[in-house]
Amino acid sequence: MKASFDVDPAARIAVIGPSGAGKSTLLMALSGFLQPAAGRLEWDGFEITKQAPSARPFSVLFQDNNLFPHMSVAQNVGLGLRPSLRLSSGETNQVSEALVSVGLGDMGARKPAELSGGQQSRVALARVLVQRKPMILLDEPFAALGPALKADMLDLVAELCAQTGAGMMMVSHDPSDAKRICETAILVAEGRAHAPVVTDELLQNPPEVLRAYLGT
Amino acid sequence: MKYLGCIAGVFAASVAAAETPELVVYTYDSFVSDWGPGPAVEKAFEAECGCDLKFVGAGDGASLLARVKLEGARTEADIVLGLDTNLTAAAAATELFAPHGVSAEYNLPIAWEDANFVPFDWGYFAFVHKDGVDAPTNFKALGESELKIVIQDPRSSTPGLGLLMWVKVAYSDEAPAIWESLSDNIVTVTKGWSEAYGLFLEGEADMALSYTTSPAYHLIAEEDAGFAAAAFEEGHYMQIEVAGKLASSDQQDLADQFLAFMVGEGFQTIIPTTNWMYPAVTPAGGLHKGFETLVTPSKPLVVPAADAPAIRDEALAEWLTALSK
Amino acid sequence: MAYRAQQINPWFGVGAAALVAALILGTLGVVAFHAPNAARLGPSDWVAVRFTVSQALLSALLSVVFAIPVARALSRRRFKGRGTLITLLGAPFLLPVIVAVMGLLAVFGRSGWVSHGLEFLGLPPVPIYGFHGVVIAHVFFNLPLATRIILQGWSGIPAERFRLAAQLGFSARDVMRHMEWPMLKRAAPGAFAIIFAICLSSFAVALTLGGGPRATTVELAIYQAFRFDFDLGKAALLAAIQLVLAGSAAMLALWVSQGQGGFGKGLDRELERWNEGSRGMDFIAIAAAVLFLLVPMFAVGSRGLTALPSLPSVVWLSAWSSIQVALLSAGLAFFLSLSIALAVTRFAWIESVGLLAIAASPLVIGTGLFIVIFPVASPQNWAFVVTACVNAMMALPFSLRVLIPAVQDVCDDYGRLALSLGVSRWGMLRLVILPRIRAPLGFAIGLAAALSMGDLGVVALFAGTGEATLPLQIYRLMGAYRMDAAAGAALLLAMLSFGVFWICDTWGRRGA
Repeated sequence: MKASFDVDPAARIAVIGPSGAGKSTLLMALSGFLQPAAGRLEWDGFEITKQAPSARPFSVLFQDNNLFPHMSVAQNVGLGLRPSLRLSSGETNQVSEALVSVGLGDMGARKPAELSGGQQSRVALARVLVQRKPMILLDEPFAALGPALKADMLDLVAELCAQTGAGMMMVSHDPSDAKRICETAILVAEGRAHAPVVTDELLQNPPEVLRAYLGT
Repeated sequence: MKYLGCIAGVFAASVAAAETPELVVYTYDSFVSDWGPGPAVEKAFEAECGCDLKFVGAGDGASLLARVKLEGARTEADIVLGLDTNLTAAAAATELFAPHGVSAEYNLPIAWEDANFVPFDWGYFAFVHKDGVDAPTNFKALGESELKIVIQDPRSSTPGLGLLMWVKVAYSDEAPAIWESLSDNIVTVTKGWSEAYGLFLEGEADMALSYTTSPAYHLIAEEDAGFAAAAFEEGHYMQIEVAGKLASSDQQDLADQFLAFMVGEGFQTIIPTTNWMYPAVTPAGGLHKGFETLVTPSKPLVVPAADAPAIRDEALAEWLTALSK
Repeated sequence: MAYRAQQINPWFGVGAAALVAALILGTLGVVAFHAPNAARLGPSDWVAVRFTVSQALLSALLSVVFAIPVARALSRRRFKGRGTLITLLGAPFLLPVIVAVMGLLAVFGRSGWVSHGLEFLGLPPVPIYGFHGVVIAHVFFNLPLATRIILQGWSGIPAERFRLAAQLGFSARDVMRHMEWPMLKRAAPGAFAIIFAICLSSFAVALTLGGGPRATTVELAIYQAFRFDFDLGKAALLAAIQLVLAGSAAMLALWVSQGQGGFGKGLDRELERWNEGSRGMDFIAIAAAVLFLLVPMFAVGSRGLTALPSLPSVVWLSAWSSIQVALLSAGLAFFLSLSIALAVTRFAWIESVGLLAIAASPLVIGTGLFIVIFPVASPQNWAFVVTACVNAMMALPFSLRVLIPAVQDVCDDYGRLALSLGVSRWGMLRLVILPRIRAPLGFAIGLAAALSMGDLGVVALFAGTGEATLPLQIYRLMGAYRMDAAAGAALLLAMLSFGVFWICDTWGRRGA
């Protein structure tokens, strides 16, 4: 797969395209879980191609397995601050505040298995919040949630981005997700990730490959 | 129909087997092995008895007795072959064995008078070493030397028990002191003869407890004259291996015939170069020349069979105490 | 849970467990009942108990502690031949004791390679005999087992968790604290308990390397009671003590590892791992394990190689007998371990039956069976069947350890789906469970076959006129002064044990 483009670090960008086109691959390359065969990644003028995943300016929400099932909710969030979990009292407060801002103020002591799917996503978002990375990468993290719940979560993501000034890039197979919170979109199709364009324009005048996918 | 055929087949087979009498001999495992006397003895006896001689191997001498005790009077065995004088008292106490009527010109260093058991071979326990070892001539010298020895556990091995008795008979009250002086010479104590001799051959020790006849194997079978047994001044403890007839046997005549055969030429010529022991009755042709090179102990040591159990228990307790320090 | 109950018939498993318990406890009871008078233990017996427990504790502890870095290195490094190396490293565990001890001595003995090296440097030889010798040998035997169990724990952590850890910037220490330590808390006690139980009933190792009567184990005391004093009551009592010790270890391990949360499941996509850790440390751990475990094996090989082509034909016949016993044992292990593992989904306590098997005294089982069989049939006709049965049973603790979690996962993951599709019990077993647990099943069967191939224990009492098994033939060769041929036969035995394990294990992994 090939990709060559620049993005505004504060933008909210959707990654859309047919199934299997390489949307997740793009995200994995950005976040450092896949090494590009050739070429480079730069952030703010510095090369990050060889940086370890955690050293990159991204926090990531995966499709699944975002939480450690044997740790409490608060611990899972705390990992975003300090992987050693030796938190100062100030950091503990940060964790509580993050949980409050995703609406789970009283759930800190629970284990992930005791929460609903939507609540689990909120925990992961709370952790993204405390990580304070300049950009959030999301790989269809809400695909398993119902439409209303998913809309809520998307709004929450947008709100968090606005609150912290972070940008985001979100893989989605649902154009309405993209429309809902992303002003620009990257089309991934036929082995290529295209430069971002305005979402509405892309969806109103879809190229051939996208049209087949959208069914329009 | 298949099933019916099978049953008829089994029936026919057992009828056929019943026509030739079968003599069952329990013995120790190395006797029946392809390198032991078993196969040749079986051939020789079957040639003259018109019977089927069946050897059943069961561990070693002591396991053999345990097995007979477990089976009691219902045992299939007609003969038990391979007990030694340390075990005959215990074996006789079971009252499972019947008196024999065998007499022969025994080539034993001691007179043989046992109503129940007939000897078939014998040997002296000794420490075997390779050439170039400055072998000690008694236990005290061994204890003071730097030589490393490997011995067998008397609780699991016949030679191990033999050494225990040897030291006890030679030194009586001094035995514990001898064991204490030997303790820094003993590399290790093994389960059986095979492990100890194996360790010795691999170079783990300078000497291993075995028999004075062991060098004969290396000389005759391997043409290697580089082994010798250390002759000890206090004498060497003897192992006399015996066989006995079970009172419960339904083949009393055949069993008697076997015991008589056992001290005869056909059996005794087989023993020296398969069991690597001295035959109880020297065959007419004498022994293989290799046996002439062996050390002959000045003083044969043996405990009267009846006293063996008590001495054995006392010696074992002393051995355990001395070597556990 | 309810859906499991309908899909698995636990009664085969309960039957199998009852059979195993009867073999272990029943034979013990028979032996005790056969004894004319009540048994008493003397002070020397308690010394034996103390020695046995202390060497088993230390051996188990060291095996597990050393296995951790090795398993960790193997789990996070991908290199060519890794799979083969993991299989090869398991070899010492499959080796017959006598063969392995000879291999160890060729390396660490007084005239072994290490001592020669030290001599060259003007240093005294390493003293292998004594308490530490026993422990070294036990670690040699059991490090592979511990490594395998713990490695399985590591691969049980879904790859997705490591991805998450990398994203969150976990240091090696954080990975240890949050992911590896909780896994170890679940996996290590089980490994410890099994190895403790194995070392409890150790006999030939302790005797050969122990250096004297200080190294008297309970099993040797049983041996003494049986063949020296013919005190069956005492033999049974000592065997019971051995079982109680192993049983307590099992309970303790179960209790310690309980309440440790699982890791949930990932989809186990093929993922690279990003917590590189120290390459140097991993290299050292793997290299050290290879040296310690494989050099003695190499010694066995080089010692026996010259004698291999000229082995007497009877050795090949024995090899064929051993193969038959091994195959029979593998078949039995298949039914026993599978049915018990299935039943565990209903009755968790059944697993404990498995652990008893390793701590059972072969001598007491053999004697007990002998007493039972003798009145109705000729024991030597049953020698092979009994050996196969007992060996299948001895492999149970290991096979259950790998099979039970696998069966449980399958039921958890696909039980509802299968039920909703109306899959029958038999269909569930045939179409869902068996294909999904093929890998651990292959491992379990291979282990039973290999252990059976090298076992001498029970058959010794039963051995009769017929063909001897290969281990017995090795003893016969040694007993007839033919140490070189014995070394050749030992190599053959090692190759057969390992070969049969390799075939079964590969069969299992191919389908997985």
